[in-house]
Order: sequence, then structure tokens, then C-alpha cells
Amino acid sequence: MHIPDGLLNVATVATTYVVSAGGVGGAVRIVNKKLGEKQVPLMGILAAFIFAAQMLNFPIAGGTSGHFLGAALAAILLGPWAAVLIMSCVLIAQCLIFQDGGLLALGANIFNMGLVASFSAYYIYRLFTWLMGSTRKGTLAGGFAAAWASVFLASVFCAVELAVSGTSPFGVVVPAMAGVHALIGIIEGLITTAVLSLVLATRADLLQLQRI
Amino acid sequence: MKSKWWLISLLVCLAVACISPLASSSPDGLERVAEDKGFLELGQDAPYQVIADYVFPGIANEALATILAGIIGTLVLFGAAYGLAWLLTLKRRRALA
Repeated sequence: MHIPDGLLNVATVATTYVVSAGGVGGAVRIVNKKLGEKQVPLMGILAAFIFAAQMLNFPIAGGTSGHFLGAALAAILLGPWAAVLIMSCVLIAQCLIFQDGGLLALGANIFNMGLVASFSAYYIYRLFTWLMGSTRKGTLAGGFAAAWASVFLASVFCAVELAVSGTSPFGVVVPAMAGVHALIGIIEGLITTAVLSLVLATRADLLQLQRI
Repeated sequence: MKSKWWLISLLVCLAVACISPLASSSPDGLERVAEDKGFLELGQDAPYQVIADYVFPGIANEALATILAGIIGTLVLFGAAYGLAWLLTLKRRRALA
């Protein structure tokens, strides 16, 4: 759901740029204060994996495709602020090098797929592990729910921005985006739980690190 | 071997990039909605192109051009995020040393 240029009005572009700049600035400050040495290579790996996996569009119903987002996986492994930084790196590179997502829409894309997706995923995951305990079951169930919700909510915010910009009526674009991404979110959940179970099997210690 | 887990992980990421030509070329969720609801034409292309649409320019074989774009992007992002995290922890690592 990388928004190209031309779909958002000036007010939405300006607002999302200001909010995202503030969010990324906050992320830099907090990561600067808290990131552990062990987490440095994990930041690189997650950014590389999210970029590569985002290239793999998978077909869903009716001649539509979807791709992995990755914000939930990053937020679960490293915490929401670190995830915002990782998603910003990916989105900026996709915009500047690969012309995926517009330059003016970059603020909105970082807001939706960075801030909204990372924070919603993180707190939903925390809720599940709080209710079910930090067991394998709690981690995987929380991971699935967090991943699904991150894609769903990012798409709703994306649709609201399009509606506010006058690109498409609210009652048309919001249900359409939410409907498609409710399906794409299921795949997001499956990929996220698959990676999490791989981490649990091989490097369970990574799930014990402090989240940032 | 344990300290080099990230090297193995990076190789896995590059392997994922190498299967990118298998990706579905159908429109994604937003493109589908834009097409169905009639606002796809409002979208504008970027004023410049580097590796537009994940196809490395000047290579006739599209699968190869896509794989090359994927490998470049994967390495760039590993380097960018690793480098950023390394810089942000530099001060504290110096304080500990």
C-alpha cells in the first residue's frame, strides 16, 4: 500500500510529513539511548529481510496481490521505536531508489506502515503475551494477531488519508481498503508466525532482549 | 558459528531476493482499490528513475534485472540499518570501552 504521488492533497502531505518527522526523530533519540550492542546486526537483518520479502507479491482473491509488510515482526523482535526506524529505512530506500511510493507521499507511507503498523502490532502482541504468558503459544498467537492488525490498521489509515484528500469518498475507499487488507493480513500473520517460530527454535534468546 | 548468525540470515535474505521474479504481478491491494474505484489515473510517476519498479535498467532479461534489483536493495538496506544502529550505539560503546 505504498501511496504514489498525486493521490494526497497538500494538507494531508504536510500533516503526515510533520507527524512522521516527529516520530522518526523520537525513534532516533530512543534507539540512541537504549539499543543494545547485540541488537545492532538484528536491525540490519530485519531491514534486509523486510525489503526482500516485500518484493514477493503473493496472489490473493480476484486478480489482486499482496505483500509482506514486516512492521509487526520488527516491533515484536526489537520494539516499536526500533521498528519505526527499520520501516523508515525500507520506505525511504523504496521511494528514492525503486520509485515505489511517492516523494510527497513518503510522510504518509512512513506514518501508515511505520508508526501505525509498528505501534499497533507491538501493543497487541504485548496484550496477548500478558494474557497468555510469554510461552510459545502466547508468542505465536500474539504474533499472528499483531501482524494481521498492523496491516489492517495501516490500510484503514491509508484509506482515511485518501478520503480526506478528496481522492475517493470515505464510504467507498475505507471499506474497500479494509476488505482487501483483511485478507492480506492473514498472509502477514502466517509469515510473521513462521519467522517467529524459526527464531524460537534457533535463537530464542533474541526474544528475551529488551524491546525499544 | 553462533556469532555469525547474522551472516547466515543475510544469505537467507539474498536467497529471498533471488526468488523475487516468481512474485505475482497482479496489482496490490491499494492499486486494485484505485483501479476499481477510479482514482488510479491520479497517481503520478516519480520525476526521475533509478531502479524503477524493481527492474535494473539496461538488462534485457527481466528476471535477471529483478534479481539484481533485489540483491542491491537487500544489501543497501542491511548496510543502511546496520550502519545507523552502529552509529547510534557508538557513543555508549565508547563509554564502556
